[in-house]
Amino acid sequence: MPGMDGAGRDGPMAERLLDVRNLTVDFRMGSGTVHAVRGVSFHIEPGETLALVGESGSGKSVTALSILQLLAYPMAHHPSGSIRFRGTELLGAEERVLREVRGDRIAMIFQEPMTSLNPLHTIERQINETLFLHKGLTRDAARRRTLELLRLVGIPSPEKRLGAYPHELSGGQRQRVMIAMALANEPDLLIADEPTTALDVTIQAQILELLKDLQRRFGMALLLITHDLGIVRRMADRVCVMSGGEIVETAPTEQLFTAPRHPYTQRLLKAEPRGNPVPPPTDAPEVMAAEDVKVWFPIKAGLLRRTVDHVKAVDGVSLRVCAGHTVGVVGESGSGKTTLGLALLRLQQSQGAIRFDGREVHGLQPAQMRPLRREMQVVFQDPYGSLSPRLSVGQIIEEGLKVHRIGTAREREAMIARALEEVGLDPASRNRYPHEFSGGQRQRIAIARAMVLKPRFVVLDEPTSALDMSVQAQIVDLLRDLQARNNLAYLFISHDLRVVRALSNEVIVMKDGRVVERGATRRIFEEPREPYTRALLAAALDHRTVETAAVRS
Amino acid sequence: MTGPAASGPVHAPPGAAPGAAGGERVLGIRVTPLTRRRWYNFKANRRGWWSLWIFLAIFLVTLFAELIANDRPLLVRYDGSFYFPFATSYPETTFGGEFETETDYRDPYVSDLIRQKGWIVWPPIPFSYNTINYDLPVPAPAPPSAVNWLGTDDQGRDVLARLIYGFRISVLFGLTLTLFSSIIGVAAGAVQGYFGGFTDLLFQRFIEIWSGLPTLYLLIILASVVEPNFWWLLGLLLLFSWMSLVGVVRAEFLRARNFDYVRAARALGVSDPVIMFRHVLPNAMVATLTFMPFILNGSITTLTALDFLGFGLPPGSPSLGELLAQGKANIQAPWLGLTAFFVLATMLSLLIFIGEAVRDAFDPRKTVGPLPGAAKGSQAPPETPSLPHGKAAE
Repeated sequence: MPGMDGAGRDGPMAERLLDVRNLTVDFRMGSGTVHAVRGVSFHIEPGETLALVGESGSGKSVTALSILQLLAYPMAHHPSGSIRFRGTELLGAEERVLREVRGDRIAMIFQEPMTSLNPLHTIERQINETLFLHKGLTRDAARRRTLELLRLVGIPSPEKRLGAYPHELSGGQRQRVMIAMALANEPDLLIADEPTTALDVTIQAQILELLKDLQRRFGMALLLITHDLGIVRRMADRVCVMSGGEIVETAPTEQLFTAPRHPYTQRLLKAEPRGNPVPPPTDAPEVMAAEDVKVWFPIKAGLLRRTVDHVKAVDGVSLRVCAGHTVGVVGESGSGKTTLGLALLRLQQSQGAIRFDGREVHGLQPAQMRPLRREMQVVFQDPYGSLSPRLSVGQIIEEGLKVHRIGTAREREAMIARALEEVGLDPASRNRYPHEFSGGQRQRIAIARAMVLKPRFVVLDEPTSALDMSVQAQIVDLLRDLQARNNLAYLFISHDLRVVRALSNEVIVMKDGRVVERGATRRIFEEPREPYTRALLAAALDHRTVETAAVRS
Repeated sequence: MTGPAASGPVHAPPGAAPGAAGGERVLGIRVTPLTRRRWYNFKANRRGWWSLWIFLAIFLVTLFAELIANDRPLLVRYDGSFYFPFATSYPETTFGGEFETETDYRDPYVSDLIRQKGWIVWPPIPFSYNTINYDLPVPAPAPPSAVNWLGTDDQGRDVLARLIYGFRISVLFGLTLTLFSSIIGVAAGAVQGYFGGFTDLLFQRFIEIWSGLPTLYLLIILASVVEPNFWWLLGLLLLFSWMSLVGVVRAEFLRARNFDYVRAARALGVSDPVIMFRHVLPNAMVATLTFMPFILNGSITTLTALDFLGFGLPPGSPSLGELLAQGKANIQAPWLGLTAFFVLATMLSLLIFIGEAVRDAFDPRKTVGPLPGAAKGSQAPPETPSLPHGKAAE
């Protein structure tokens, strides 16, 4: 709907903080031109929150980066368009003009707080830098202002934190420092590019709360770029939905969620993982059981490298997974979910009994484990990292069959084709290479690699976290379908509670390597008993913080 | 990426990536799209591209040095039959001479005998690397002339002939040394990086001690015990040159052993050697190949330096280092030093240019190469520069 934002509602120029008209961004690639953004128009009023929503590749980050002219010029260029900030044209403006705007009037925070901060400088130095540049403050004045800012963004005891390096801070604290840097000069517009995507759900809620609070206090406008509709609903006044480099719909938030007009928006809203887990067979045999599993990493210190303490990644967890059942493991990052999964598969040294199919597998040598590997498989989080980039899809799927000497070459070929069909891919694609596929398709390949061996127990380690929302729903459906067909036992590890709810019969909530709460999925979601579970649920499902000591800040 | 792969239907449309299954050929060989992109990136560096062809041309010519510079004719027609003296040795009696020894075709007496009943085809340069020209009009070293195009050295041997043979032996020595040190270095780095921990620690300390040994002194000591030949030198230099690649390969393996696809292979039950060879090594090869032209350069310079000092190849062997030494000893004959200098400088520069182009080819961030054909998935535009998936682009 190109006319949505059109000339009819044109107010006087001066009132608009930012006015983007017909913006186009092209990238010159080796083979030609990629049209990343095609004729996008929107505006932001002072103090307003505008959300730019879309799936990866829709051009939302490119749009945001072109506002500050931060793209890789001259590889990127703008064949048309205009970006006016308080009436000043930014598109193609002189470097001097842009420098005055950047970090002073318009500030930006990025997705990945670890790489956005310079690891070699203390946080004091990094925040001071913008103050020196734009305000010309003296050392002492800048220090006072930095302290004030750190207090503002909620860093505990900021005096002690001034000399800290980024690696000494947690992810949430780093993002807070980034926000402090962005706010240093009290900008009129803050561009937040997926500000919470890399953070844990409870921290996400805190950061969103903080942004909202700061916005109210300074009266600044916020351009929020995200793929998460939950965040949009909570934060934004108006929403622009982007797809394929175009804005397909612009509407006030309430209206967009209640009456979406464009079919793409409707699809996006429906895309949330839904449905219920496969009803488990009641008399299913136990497939995997663990009792009191511990994974302790020693901390060594001193001249003789004596073990002084342990990092207790997994500290006495017991669980039982039956055929056709799914056990969901939830918790924040660092809670030991993945380590637990690897320990069950005997890919990680551990203590405690692990039983697979009634057989004790704990003390087995790698060679003795090998025949069992066929029956226990794993799907990893990052579909970009879990496929060997130099092997074709067919070779990737075939590898397990070869290791276990299953079938002749021709039979294997047929099995690969069947596995690809099973996960919804064209069998003809087996000669292609992983980089030719999208994230969702790659995850399907990774699932096919596990499924071709006909396993009985599969560890799913955040299989949907790196994917777009609509693709997540498809993968969840696929996993559920495969489970029903093959009577699989799943251990489903995730921090995304919506996905867990759609797939698990039973949920284990982990914190710092220990089980905080466990029970049937419905019971956990409807009447959580532990404060930590309650906080996790509030943060994940409503993006709200709950005042509790259980959540670290 | 707005293509079909981004968000569209999950069934990969059959025509989404035309020809990806094969049919893409570079120099007639079927290659993966990745290799193809590298090939075009390599070609895009014009200087390196031309350097490669010039170097290959020179190397090919010198490989057939016996056909170009030889003191034995290519072909002799004598008394109705053909003879190939450059390949076979014939006694002088074959051509009606008096001795049973091998024919000296440069002897005016013998060539007269042959010319009476046939003819001789000489190579373009009628001197081998050890042929002494006794007909010099001036005392050796003789300046360049129509007979000796680049003059002779102080023993009356043709400089051009010695250059051709010397170039060949230098490059062959360099290539062999590079090959063997790469094999050993990659294997050692792979073992250290993949297994890590105590293995790594021990190996690293060993390398630190080993790299502290003075190579040159060892070579000098060796030269006084045995007569060093090609293989002796190769073996001795190999003892120390394998370490140059260990660092990069080790780093690659350390990085890759925690990748999800290595973990996934472990979960499939794949054995360690197979994981190392099939999954991790291809990644380490990028670093290895990038370094290789520079290692080759280093190997050639090492041999030249040893020859220059007189601890290299046995006396009389054609070698660039020996020619340099002669140039230093005979300043009154500047053609010796200048020739050696220009040949060495050209060869090393060509190799460095090739190395630069190889480095470009393997640089995943480099996309200057004009890519014929449709855009590939690998060419995703920088949608979110802060996206953590950059590592996937290897």
